[in-house]
Amino acid sequence: MLSYLIRRLALAVVVLFGLLVATFFIIHLVPGDPVRIVLAGRASPATIARVRHQLGLDRPLWTQFWLYLSHTLRGNFGTSFTLDSPVAQIIGQRLGVSAALIAYGMLLSILIGVPLAIIAALRPNTWLDNSIRLGTTLTFALPGFWLGLMLALIFGLKLGWFPVAGYSGGIVGILQTLTLPALALGLGLAGVVVRTLRSSMLEVLQSEHIEATRSRGMSELRIVGRHALRLSVMATATILSINIGFLIGGTVVLEQVFQLPGLGSLLVEAVEKRDYQLVQALTLLAGAAVVLASLATDVVQAFLDPRVRLSGR
Amino acid sequence: MSTIDVLEQPAGVAERRSRLAGVLGLSREAKIGVVILAVLFLAGLLAPWIAPYGQNQLNFTDIYAPPSWAHLMGTDGAGRDVFSRTLFALRLDLAIVLLVTYPPLVLGVFVGAVAGYFGGIYDATLARIVDVTIAMPFMVLVIAVIAIVGPGVKGILIGVPLVAWALYARLARSEMLVLREQPFMLATVALGYSTPRTILRHAVPNLMRSSLIYSTLDMVANLLLLSGLAYLGLGAQPPNAELGSIIADGQSAMLTAWWVSTLPGLVVVLFGVGALLLGDGLSDGKLRGALQ
Repeated sequence: MLSYLIRRLALAVVVLFGLLVATFFIIHLVPGDPVRIVLAGRASPATIARVRHQLGLDRPLWTQFWLYLSHTLRGNFGTSFTLDSPVAQIIGQRLGVSAALIAYGMLLSILIGVPLAIIAALRPNTWLDNSIRLGTTLTFALPGFWLGLMLALIFGLKLGWFPVAGYSGGIVGILQTLTLPALALGLGLAGVVVRTLRSSMLEVLQSEHIEATRSRGMSELRIVGRHALRLSVMATATILSINIGFLIGGTVVLEQVFQLPGLGSLLVEAVEKRDYQLVQALTLLAGAAVVLASLATDVVQAFLDPRVRLSGR
Repeated sequence: MSTIDVLEQPAGVAERRSRLAGVLGLSREAKIGVVILAVLFLAGLLAPWIAPYGQNQLNFTDIYAPPSWAHLMGTDGAGRDVFSRTLFALRLDLAIVLLVTYPPLVLGVFVGAVAGYFGGIYDATLARIVDVTIAMPFMVLVIAVIAIVGPGVKGILIGVPLVAWALYARLARSEMLVLREQPFMLATVALGYSTPRTILRHAVPNLMRSSLIYSTLDMVANLLLLSGLAYLGLGAQPPNAELGSIIADGQSAMLTAWWVSTLPGLVVVLFGVGALLLGDGLSDGKLRGALQ
């Protein structure tokens, strides 16, 4: 167990280091001088030199990387070029919206996906299973932002049930402002949940130990309740953690559709204003979120399922 | 599924047909997928000749006209024909999708095959690089590249292949691990074939199949990504239209002119359904898990 955890942790550290290296080069790969591009026409040569010095761009590459590494590890992401305040503070202000959207989207994908997967697995190859499969094919093909727009058109503009733009906090506020974007986000994921869960559940339902339980006269309902649901908790957790990157990508566009003040819309603003410092921090954060989510899932799984830690990946 | 078609052919042809069927897939699902994709690719290819209007032909006397025979998908706020714009956008988008899907496939299969064949340090190194690459949320990474090179198609053409090869490499690598233990691969060593010949002529053709099937899903993912970026205004810059940017144009007038945002979106969905049906038919649903 311990050796598995150490190996898994070491892998995460390697990947995180790779991310740090990759994001470090964001500023250095900008053709020309990033400071000059951002401050073009607005600053004297002296100011440009001062900003360059502040950012450490006038030092050797190795020193710069070392500074980036030690600052980042201490939670110091530098100062935004355009918003003139610490990047960490700006991100902190907007993190909540994106986190709430992702969590809500995940919740909806579970509420939609798990029951459909169970139904499909219990009645394989019937019209019910086939129409569920057709539905999931469709959700794969739907662009999330377009689905968001259509939901906004129908439930926001035509029916007036939900606002189509803006964000307000609190449970009621979240239910009002985030339901449509979370639905647009969650539907795509629900398709993945249904597909994966259905096939792993079919496998379990046809296995010998379930056959044995059946022959002992346990009702189908109890079999599903005791075995299928236990399986689905683990499988769904894995599916969700694998797809966290997809969810983050989805929020970037959906926050724009519904004009939510989250990290996704911050990223788009940062790109438009060429605020490299901010782009760098957001990219790193998104990558780290994916790495940590998959690490957490693997560790939890190792505790729950001995096969994972013994397989010696 | 394809046995009946094959049995009706003379022997020699039948063999070739069944090999073709193995590549193209002849299940009903796959056929529908092929037809949908063929229509869309043809529509994009022939856009300059079949579009009834120019993609930027303005007509201020006819703004927000609903769909009709004169304007199959209506007109937008500048009186431009949405159908013509959609055709041109489809042309651009599909060309980009092909460019960011297939060159990385070739590279990824090659890298994965080599790493899987030699194993050891090559394999371990590749696995870590793939891990780092796949750890990046795709959308965010491509946006970061766009931040560096500026908005437009260039950022997409650089950013997507940067990540896309990795999935093919992982796929090809894991198949190569199984393949290299096969008797025919051992035979190539016994026959004294050179390593490049063994890998390129005997292993890679066997690795291609699953990558090609996966590429149908990849095309869908790439088109969705592309239209998302165009929606954000980070894709092709005006006057060139992309499906995502047409949808974005229509957003402000959705209540009065629903067609501008809705219909181009349906084209994206149609492409996705076509490609997924084809992929599903080819793989019998087995490769679906690879999408994650």
